[in-house]
Amino acid sequence: MKKRIRFVQGNEAVVEGSLYAGASFFAGYPITPSTEIAEHFSVRLPQVGGKFVQMEDELSAMCAIVGASLTGNKSITATSGPGFSLKQEALGFAVMAEIPSIIVNIQRGGPSTGNPTHGAQGDVMQARWGTHGDHSMVVMTASSIQDVFRVTIDAFNIAETFRTPVILLLDEVVGHMREKLVIPEPGEIPIIERLRTSVRTGVDYHPYQPREDGRLPMSDFGGKHRYNVTGLFHDMWGFPTTKPHMVRKLLRHMVDKIECYSNRICQYKKYYIEDAETLLISYGSSARTAMEMVSYSRKRGRKVGLLELQTLWPFPAEVVRHSCINPASVVVVEMNMGQMVQQVKAAVDDPGKIYLCNRYDGEMINFENVKDTLRIIQGKGI
Amino acid sequence: MDRESYRIIFSGSGGQGVITAAIVMAEAAALHNNLYAIQTQSYGPEARGSATRSDVIISSSEIYYPKVINPHILVCLTQEAYTKFSDTIIAGGLIIYDPYFVKPALSSDAVQQPYPMYDSIVSELNAPITLNICMLGAFTERTKIISEDSMLKVIEKRMPPKFIELNKSAFKIGVKLAKEVS
Repeated sequence: MKKRIRFVQGNEAVVEGSLYAGASFFAGYPITPSTEIAEHFSVRLPQVGGKFVQMEDELSAMCAIVGASLTGNKSITATSGPGFSLKQEALGFAVMAEIPSIIVNIQRGGPSTGNPTHGAQGDVMQARWGTHGDHSMVVMTASSIQDVFRVTIDAFNIAETFRTPVILLLDEVVGHMREKLVIPEPGEIPIIERLRTSVRTGVDYHPYQPREDGRLPMSDFGGKHRYNVTGLFHDMWGFPTTKPHMVRKLLRHMVDKIECYSNRICQYKKYYIEDAETLLISYGSSARTAMEMVSYSRKRGRKVGLLELQTLWPFPAEVVRHSCINPASVVVVEMNMGQMVQQVKAAVDDPGKIYLCNRYDGEMINFENVKDTLRIIQGKGI
Repeated sequence: MDRESYRIIFSGSGGQGVITAAIVMAEAAALHNNLYAIQTQSYGPEARGSATRSDVIISSSEIYYPKVINPHILVCLTQEAYTKFSDTIIAGGLIIYDPYFVKPALSSDAVQQPYPMYDSIVSELNAPITLNICMLGAFTERTKIISEDSMLKVIEKRMPPKFIELNKSAFKIGVKLAKEVS
């Protein structure tokens, strides 16, 4: 059978990736530059028997996907910076109640309403720490339409495997540009289905009692079992507790279930890293500019490489540390005032050789910006 | 293709269909001519002003940076677009414009190619709305980057069914104009 090949925007690739992964529910409140995600879901979900709901605001949309997920539907919402801020409260609830859910943030310039129609990567830290309290977070990104499709599927798989919200942190440039997308046949990319409890109706089901492997089988809410779900610290039945040992145990479990598996979760791409004297580290649309620099340099015999991060959190510290050992200098390319560069500095043995090449005026960082940075590092001036 | 890659800007005013034209062109390259293609466009207030643009890069190898800074080919469908973008073209590039809308500068580093597209579609089809597709016809014939067949396939797919024939006619008028001039 012929594969479906299409020419689409990044935002549409999110929708197609979600449907491939088995998404059946979207709730959202449209906002530039993520609006096309809601638009396409409103057409595509009814075609596959799913539900699309436009909510009254972003917080309610986040709450709706948590509820829908609890009933057994793979659920997703999409927004941009201002809406992402509003979702943080319910995002914390999804962390605490351990509800698989996908939150897409197509980043634009901020803070506040900022620069709605221009790209930025200023939400890296908000994605990690936007909701309050200690917690872990899985945050993924991509730089091409094909990778957006793939990473969306990975996000659903991770959400189901670890019972956790996953943030897809894309940006305006990737969301709006169009490229070829090859949609694989069903089965070509493995899909993780929800782990459901085998406990029979009428038998005590403990929704928050981890199995030996740490996973928590779910029961579709409103179905076979009655149980409590809360944002408070809770016991294995889901009822509130303030007992110190239980609070500690639950928090430990919620963080460890992500951090202990970071090797499995973390994805990245290496380009010409082995012999790189200058290493670029980038992610999202900025990685395309970095790759332009790598391509230009290699044609001229200059040893420049790129480490493209697709998982931003948990931060792939070991991969970054290892990749930074040999290069004489490392340049982090990003479209903010320096968010990921701090993580890179903290991860490496010699922070003195880490430099930042950035831009935060709404324009996409370009080849000349990177070239100028490299020339200054090499003492050549611009 | 003569070059390994082409950077192209389609410019005009909001509503003229320059973005649709850019998408048709890029899709034809990516899906029917086995080339790499990427399309971006200006959004928001910029897209609604007097000079909107859509960028297309077509290449025989992978494309990394997705936007166009200095185009090889610039299409201008309004005077404002010409004024705003004509300086960005690389020396020796090609500017395609419609003399009904654009009065070009007397000197330019680029080849300036007028095609009376608006007059032709009004007199032959009485359908000024097809200006963007007529332009694609002239563009296709003049540049030979993408085959006519590929462009027509995408036009058939992307246009509303009852306007397919009208748009195909407009495309052919554009091809004819470019042939006559050459």
